[in-house]
Amino acid sequence: MRSDLFILPFNLGLWFILLYCIARCVVWFRDLSRTDKLRLQRGFFGKAFGQSLREIFMESLLHRKIFRVNPVLGYMHMSLAFGWFLLILFGTIEADLLGDRHLNPPHKAIFFRFYNPGPAGSGLKLFFSFLMDFILAFILSGLLIAVVKRFIPKAVGMKKTTTHTVTDRLALASLWLIFPARLMAESFTSATDGGGSFLTGNLGQMLATAFPSQNLAMPFWWLYSLALGTFFILLPRTRYLHIPVELFLIFMRNSGITTGDRHGSYADVEIHSCSSCGVCLNSCQMAINAGVTNIQPVYLNKSLRENGEANGVAFNCLMCGRCEEVCPVGIETTAVRMIQRREEPAARDMTGIWKGFIRTRQAAARAHAEPETKQAYRFLKAAEAGKADVAFFAGCMTHLTPGVIRSMETLFGEAGIKYTFIDRERGVCCGRPLMLAGKEKEARELINHNSRLIWASGAKTVVTPCPICYKVFSESYYLEAEVMHHSQFINRLIEREKLNLRFTGEPVVWHDPCELGRGSGVYDEPRQVLSHVTRLKTAPGQEEMGLCCGGSLGNLSLPAAARRKISAAAAASLASSGAATLVTGCPMCKKTFNPVSEIPVKDIAEVVTAAIYDRKAGVEVVKTDTVECNSYGS
Amino acid sequence: MKSFGYTISKGRVIDYDANDHRLENLVLAAEPTLALCIACGCCAATCTAAQHTGFSLRRINVSLRRGETDIIRQEISGCMLCGKCTILCPRGVSTRNIVFTVRKHLSLLDNNAV
Repeated sequence: MRSDLFILPFNLGLWFILLYCIARCVVWFRDLSRTDKLRLQRGFFGKAFGQSLREIFMESLLHRKIFRVNPVLGYMHMSLAFGWFLLILFGTIEADLLGDRHLNPPHKAIFFRFYNPGPAGSGLKLFFSFLMDFILAFILSGLLIAVVKRFIPKAVGMKKTTTHTVTDRLALASLWLIFPARLMAESFTSATDGGGSFLTGNLGQMLATAFPSQNLAMPFWWLYSLALGTFFILLPRTRYLHIPVELFLIFMRNSGITTGDRHGSYADVEIHSCSSCGVCLNSCQMAINAGVTNIQPVYLNKSLRENGEANGVAFNCLMCGRCEEVCPVGIETTAVRMIQRREEPAARDMTGIWKGFIRTRQAAARAHAEPETKQAYRFLKAAEAGKADVAFFAGCMTHLTPGVIRSMETLFGEAGIKYTFIDRERGVCCGRPLMLAGKEKEARELINHNSRLIWASGAKTVVTPCPICYKVFSESYYLEAEVMHHSQFINRLIEREKLNLRFTGEPVVWHDPCELGRGSGVYDEPRQVLSHVTRLKTAPGQEEMGLCCGGSLGNLSLPAAARRKISAAAAASLASSGAATLVTGCPMCKKTFNPVSEIPVKDIAEVVTAAIYDRKAGVEVVKTDTVECNSYGS
Repeated sequence: MKSFGYTISKGRVIDYDANDHRLENLVLAAEPTLALCIACGCCAATCTAAQHTGFSLRRINVSLRRGETDIIRQEISGCMLCGKCTILCPRGVSTRNIVFTVRKHLSLLDNNAV
C-alpha cells in the first residue's frame, strides 16, 4: 500500500479544532450567570433540544433565512454547508459499509477513495460512488458562485461584500482549495486504478490522456489534506469560527438566554457566530444612502473578535435596527452595540481570541466595581404635578413641533379627557438619548426625576407623542401607569367612540418610526387610526423594514449632509406610494422629513384633528396649523 | 504694564496667551463641524437644560474657542443630550457630539491622559 503520511495535516487540524471548540464552550459555559446556566441545562435536556436541532438543520445547514433574502446567496451557503455535511455523513456511512472494517477513524472516510481504490463494480458500491460524485458536484457549483461573488458581488445581487484580512484570505483560499483538490485527487486515483462515477471517473479518464495520472494523484491527496488542515488550524482566527459557534448559539437562544446589557458569554458567542455574510450591509441605510460601509454589525463583530474592542465603530450607527431584522444568524445586533456603548474599551474582560482564555480577573473586577456616585444633574428639583388620570408627556422633540401638542390638546378636549401636562414647562429629557450615548447612570437620574413626577400625578395612563420617550417609559421606567404612544391612545378613543371623526379620504402613507416599530413593536394601532380617517397607502420600507428618517439620536457623529441623503431617500421611498401626505408618529422624524419630503409631512395627531367633525354644525371645526420654525438645513 | 488710566473688569479679559487651547484642538479634531458654528444661538434658544441651568451651547462654543476651560468645566454637565439643538442647527453642527467629545476629552485632560 502507498504511504498514507499525507493524512497528518488533516488529523492535526481536526484534533486541534475539536479540542479548541470544547475548550471554548467550557469557558463560555463557566462564564454564564447561574440562571443562564440553569436555562441552558433545562434547554439542553428539554423540549428546546428538538427545536434547536431543527433550527440547526434549517439555518446552519440549509440556510433558509439567507434563501429568503437572496436565493443565489442561499444556494451558495447551502451547497457548501449542507453539501459538506452530506459528504461527511455519507462518506462515513460508505467507509463503514464498504471499508475494511466498521467504525473507522475520520481520515478513512475523508480519504475513502485513497484507501479503497479500484472499480466500483456493482450495487451498493456503484450507488455510493455516484452519490459521492453528485454531492461533490453540488458543493463545487456553490463554490463557483462563491468565487464569482467575491470578485463580482453584483452578479449575485449583493451591493457590497465584506472586506477581508490576510488570515481571512488564507483561510478562504484553503477552503476554496479543499473541494477542487478532492476532485483532482479522486479523478487521478480513478484514472490509475479505475472507479469513480460520472464526475471523477470521466474527468480522470480525460486527464489521463494529457497527464501522468499515477504521479499526480499523491500531490493532490497531499493538497487536499493540507487544505483541510490549514483551514481547521486557521478557523479560530477567522470568521469561519462561526460554523461551530453558531450551533452553541442556537442551543443558548432556544434555552431562553438573551444578550442582556453587560458583556457576557452570550454576547461573546453572538460576536463569534457572525458569519460575515454581509446581509446587514445590504439593509443598512448608512451604507446604501450615505456610503458609510465600515460600521455595520459585520465589522463591529469582526473588530470585537480580533481586537477585543469596537474601534470607535460602536457609536457611528443610527440604531435603527434594520440589520437585526435581516441577520440570518439572529444576532441581536442592537443589543451587542449598546453593550459596547455602555462599556469603556478597557472594561472588557475578555480580550481577543487567544487572550480570552487567560482572563484578567483584576481588570474584570475593576470594570464591574461600583461607579462613583456623583450626581450629574444636581439642578433637578422635586417638582409638582397636577393630578389627573391621564398624564401627557410631550418630550423634548415634541416641543419643537407645537402643532402636535395643539392637536393632542384638541383631541383630549374633544374626547372630554381630564389630563395633566407633565412637561409643559421646564420639562426634563426622558433619558433615552443619554442611554443611546451609553450614559446609563446619568439617564437613570432623569428617569428617576420623571418617574417621581408621573407618580405624583397619580395618572393611570401616560400618553406621549414621542416614540423615543415611549420606548424608555415602557422599558426602563418603574411606573404603575400604562404607557401609551399617542397613536395607541387615539386608537382607543376611536374604539370607545369618544371622537366624532369624518373620513377625509386623503391618500396617506405611514412612516414607522424606528423606536416605535422595531423598537417597541407598535405597527397596528397607527394603521387602524389612519384607516379610520384616511385612505392608507403602502410603500417599500415599512413595518419591520421601516426606513429610518436619518435624524436618529442613536448616531452622534454622522454629518448633516449624510443624514440628509438618508432622509431624502426614505422620504422618496414613502412618497412613491402615491400618497398626498406623509404621516408619522414621531416629532423628530417629522422635523427631519419636513425639509426633504416632496409631499407634506404631518403627525398622526394632526391628521386625526383635521378629521374632527361637529355633527351639529355639520362642518369641520378644527384645522391644524402646521407652520413651524424649521431648520434651514445645510 | 503701562497704565493709561482705564479700568477693566477682570471677567471681560480674554487672555489668549494664558488660555489653554488643548481642548479646542482635541474637539475640533474629533468633531470638525465645530468650525461651522456662527454662534447664532438657535441651540441655546431651544435647549431643554437651559430652562433649569445657565447651560448654553453657544457659550460653550465661544469658551472653547477662547480656551476658557474652567467655564466649560462648570457648565458642560448640564446637557441631557436630548438632541433638539442638533435638529435646529442651521449650520449642520453635530452639537450632541460636541458636548459628548468635550466631556470625554475634559475628563482625559483632567486625568492627564492626553
